[in-house]
Amino acid sequence: MSADVRYTPYHPRWYRRRVSVWWWLESRSYTGFVLRELTSVFVAFFAVLLLWQIRALGHGPEAYARVLARLRSPLFVTLNALALAFVLFHSITWFNLAPKAMVVRLKGKRVPDLLVAGANYAAWVVLSAAVAAILLRG
Amino acid sequence: MPPTVTLAIARYRPEEESEPSVQNYEVPFRKDWVVLDALNYIKDKLDGSLSFRWSCRMGVCGSCGMTVNGQPRLTCASFLSAEPAGPIRVEPLRYFPVVRDLVVDITDFMKKLKQVKPWIVRGEEKPLAEGEYRQTPDQLDAFKQFSMCINCLLCYSACPIYGLEPTFIGPAAIALAQRYNQDSRDEGSSERLEILSHHDGMWQCTFVGECTQVCPKHVDPAGAIQQYKLTSAAHWFKTLLPWGTR
Repeated sequence: MSADVRYTPYHPRWYRRRVSVWWWLESRSYTGFVLRELTSVFVAFFAVLLLWQIRALGHGPEAYARVLARLRSPLFVTLNALALAFVLFHSITWFNLAPKAMVVRLKGKRVPDLLVAGANYAAWVVLSAAVAAILLRG
Repeated sequence: MPPTVTLAIARYRPEEESEPSVQNYEVPFRKDWVVLDALNYIKDKLDGSLSFRWSCRMGVCGSCGMTVNGQPRLTCASFLSAEPAGPIRVEPLRYFPVVRDLVVDITDFMKKLKQVKPWIVRGEEKPLAEGEYRQTPDQLDAFKQFSMCINCLLCYSACPIYGLEPTFIGPAAIALAQRYNQDSRDEGSSERLEILSHHDGMWQCTFVGECTQVCPKHVDPAGAIQQYKLTSAAHWFKTLLPWGTR
């Protein structure tokens, strides 16, 4: 081997493809991912809505009735329906993620993913039922 | 006439062109051929100037990863017969700089891999006389899946985060860090946590999940990263407690 061997750490002729701004439309899973990330906006929307209602409640029954009337407008009904769809998508993807992040071992064996996710869904149903019971009773 | 199939291959010859172009080759269609066989046919019979990497032809070496019909795949495991009709598009792995034709430069990954210390770290080595470090089948089971990684980099090529933030340490490197963290013989998890809880570490991952989908060895890097996040978060909460370890 000759002594003047030179290695190039950087090759000026490398070709680097730029990532398109539309990369998330390239495949269904990428689009699904971006939509899932977008769900955070709707989760925040519900949180703000709740705070708005609580604030109105603090201002007395009349203010609260005004807010409720406003929430019945087509604009808010549409917005809420859309937000609900996104929040459901958010919850379902979150529960499906649980077995990936949590490896539960019982007697040295890994608990199947379906069981971990299933436990999460079960807790969701029980809690939702409890909330519904409280609301419907009152 | 025996049946043929067209391969639309991305060519990049830096001495001749500044951007890649597509060249079509017609090769015999054989049921037992994979895309790599077709590439080798082209190299042998049609055009010796075509460049690509390959070695084992059996999904072990991890060198023949390319983008086949838009998906990062091992070309040795992609049968011509399984592709949809029409030309089969073969391109280099996405997000890596192309050196020539289908060959990409993976120096970036090699550097990142080294950062996560993918070897058994011991505070103190046991003297040889004390014998080997023993493991139960359950202890082996805890990390075996992550040890199947062949560094083929399909996961990087499937990860839009890596494409947008090239400083992200990436799926395979984190999965391999987890492989050693979960190893009962290893004592280096806190050293790795320091690197991986860094800005370019695991928190860059937003769980697209495609790395796991494309992994030919079922390593599940996405799972490894989410588990790591949980460990890291638990560790952080512990440092907040007055009796916790700092």
